[in-house]
Amino acid sequence: MVTFWVSLLAISILLYVLLDGFDLGIGILFGMTRDEARRHAMWGAVAPIWDGNETWLVVTVVILWGAFPAVYALLLSAFYLPLVLMLCSLILRGVAFEFRYKAERMRWIWDFGFFAGSLVATFIQGMTVGALVEGLPVTNGEYSGGEFGWFSPFAVLCGIGLCFGYTLLGACWLIKKCEGDVKAAAYRQVPYLAIGLLVFLVAVFSFALAENLQIMHRWVERPYLFIFPAIAALAAIVLAVSVERHRDGLPFYMVTLIFLSAFGTLALSFWPYMIPYVLTVEEAAAPHSSLAFMFWGEGLFVYPLMLAYTVISYRVFRGKVRATPVH
Amino acid sequence: MDMTALFLSRIQFASTITFHIIFPAFTIGLAAWLTVLEALNLSTGRPVYRALFDFWLKIFGVAFGLGVVSGIVMAFQFGMNWSVLSRMSGPIQGPLLSYETFTAFMLEATFFGVLIFGRSRVAPWFYLFSTAMVALGTTFSAFWIMVNNSWMQVPVGYALEKGMYVPNDWTKIIFSPVVWVRFPHMLFAAYLTGAFCVAATGAWYLLCGRFITEAKIMLRMGLCLAAVLMPIQLFIGHLAGDYVHDHQPEKFAAIEGRWHDEQPASEVVVAIPDEASASNKYAISIPVLGSVIGSMSLDSKEVGLTSFPRENWPPVLIPFFTFRIMVGCGLIMLALAFIGSYLSLTRRIDRNRLFLWATFLSFPLPFIATWTGWFTAEVGRQPWAIYGLLRTADAMTPFLTARTAAISLVIFALVYTFIFSFGIFYIYRLMRAGLVPPMVTPAFAAVPNRPLSLAGEGARVLEEAGE
Repeated sequence: MVTFWVSLLAISILLYVLLDGFDLGIGILFGMTRDEARRHAMWGAVAPIWDGNETWLVVTVVILWGAFPAVYALLLSAFYLPLVLMLCSLILRGVAFEFRYKAERMRWIWDFGFFAGSLVATFIQGMTVGALVEGLPVTNGEYSGGEFGWFSPFAVLCGIGLCFGYTLLGACWLIKKCEGDVKAAAYRQVPYLAIGLLVFLVAVFSFALAENLQIMHRWVERPYLFIFPAIAALAAIVLAVSVERHRDGLPFYMVTLIFLSAFGTLALSFWPYMIPYVLTVEEAAAPHSSLAFMFWGEGLFVYPLMLAYTVISYRVFRGKVRATPVH
Repeated sequence: MDMTALFLSRIQFASTITFHIIFPAFTIGLAAWLTVLEALNLSTGRPVYRALFDFWLKIFGVAFGLGVVSGIVMAFQFGMNWSVLSRMSGPIQGPLLSYETFTAFMLEATFFGVLIFGRSRVAPWFYLFSTAMVALGTTFSAFWIMVNNSWMQVPVGYALEKGMYVPNDWTKIIFSPVVWVRFPHMLFAAYLTGAFCVAATGAWYLLCGRFITEAKIMLRMGLCLAAVLMPIQLFIGHLAGDYVHDHQPEKFAAIEGRWHDEQPASEVVVAIPDEASASNKYAISIPVLGSVIGSMSLDSKEVGLTSFPRENWPPVLIPFFTFRIMVGCGLIMLALAFIGSYLSLTRRIDRNRLFLWATFLSFPLPFIATWTGWFTAEVGRQPWAIYGLLRTADAMTPFLTARTAAISLVIFALVYTFIFSFGIFYIYRLMRAGLVPPMVTPAFAAVPNRPLSLAGEGARVLEEAGE
């Protein structure tokens, strides 16, 4: 039962990162252009699906609470201020989505909200993961780092790194979904973003080595972990080639592969801990009666249905987005 | 423990949930109303029902969207401000609230999508079925929320193990009699909210002399439904009072403004309770009625607050007054519903402008009643987060500082005010535009998962009409 729920949690997080990742990334790219036609095309590439993408965040949070209440309580209270900022960014961004085309004079507010909301939310997500990797200060099962205990150069580095990662994902989605100007621009941006991401990955890695982070010992204990960087490197090469040859479909899946391997690396180097060196998965899990109750309804029926629905909605909106404005 | 942080956290939770409840209360009722309209549309084939359906679907979309957005914050707040509560009761509250999210998603994802862009693509009976499913989904959401809250009011079916409340009997938790009184109470509150909003809109259009036929239907259906539901609601409310009487005697005493044990007990109608002196000022009370309401007898002994330890007293002023405001709103709505149904059935309603004004101005009443009812329930449960088990002061994140709590409170207040004003503005714009003839929605804008996008259509039509 614990394995079941930890897998569902992993799938939900992964789906969130990949799906909301590209639409947050497009939000960041959106702020980097002034061209209305391009902005419109970007908007169209994410408009039908962004809301569905964000539900995976809520799904992640409620699974966390139901199945791993100790982790839920510890993480959410530890990252109090960043989470407030992230929630408000996501709300503003969501509202901006709906109101942009209803406003004429006020449009710049919504444009700015869309860009800033995407950027802040991305940065905070990266920073949170960074702080987790570095290890949260916890005494007696309670976070003890104070208001800004999560803040560190390493966490900030991870935050910036994720901004590059999501933006890269977003650019590749635009290549996949759009034509003309937007696609050309995205093709120009991809190399810079990829190199930026690479630089940050190297920086993060050397920083971790230099700081002698506890988590790095995992790599010595578990040499099979090196398979993930190998996959990522392979994906990066294919990415470079596909961008070179303008294969519209490929880059997005390659970046997805890079994200998958990064996620696999993290998950397996955390294992069996859920919060490194504080709580293991077994310790954090809710009692059997809770997990079983969730399993027979939402785990067995609703969750597969949600996965199926996500697949269907992506199939409905597959193919390229029209370049001409509808509005 | 930082007492200021505790106070600020409570204010934050109270204000965010007060904001949030507006939308579910409204949409649960509206979804049921849409189902009725669609059923009438199918069975009679009269275009007026179709026009009404399309009009209210747009308003439903905006309210639903705002409810979803403001609900996301709720899922985080338990862990952020109330980490001890969410860790200890996580094994029970976590699964219950996760069911709520999953049910809501199923509704939003599958059937709401059909409602938005499916009319031309699915069979009429399936469209009606989808509407009913959306209504069922909102009802289920409310159900899980009520199970969760009722467990916090009267915890059952649990055992304390390793510092956690471990569920050992889910049937007891879900089929607790408390749930089955409070859930209908909330459901009826939502239906009444829908009914009065519909009736008030009808009254408004009649006063302006627009959409006369539709307005009369709205008035008649809204008011007649309210006339049926309101007496039942008062009765269920009385049953809800019984559970408070039996399980939460401190709360009951606070609501009644009863400081000392009385036999037979009198009923305080109005007064200004004074906690310091444990007495009421300017009290108007009716002898013996307190025993009748409390225990259905003429000479029962009813407990007063001074029989309980001081540290277990809830604040008295808030439950005392909010309860009376709730009942007051209920009685006004009852009167309006009865008079209105009579006028409407005898076809004299459009000539009675005074009554139309009263109905139009009555739309805040169900919201106020819902709010004050919840204030009574929640403030009356204090000083407990989980009644009798965990005090609110002990439930808070222990290291939360006043500064952090103040920052988050200010940020949430700003963001909520911002989106709330826009939401209200768009609903107003839709109402002012009124019942526009059905139009084909462009495929680009018509997507599931984007309830707010529906509002755009009406607004755009309005702009094109040159208003």
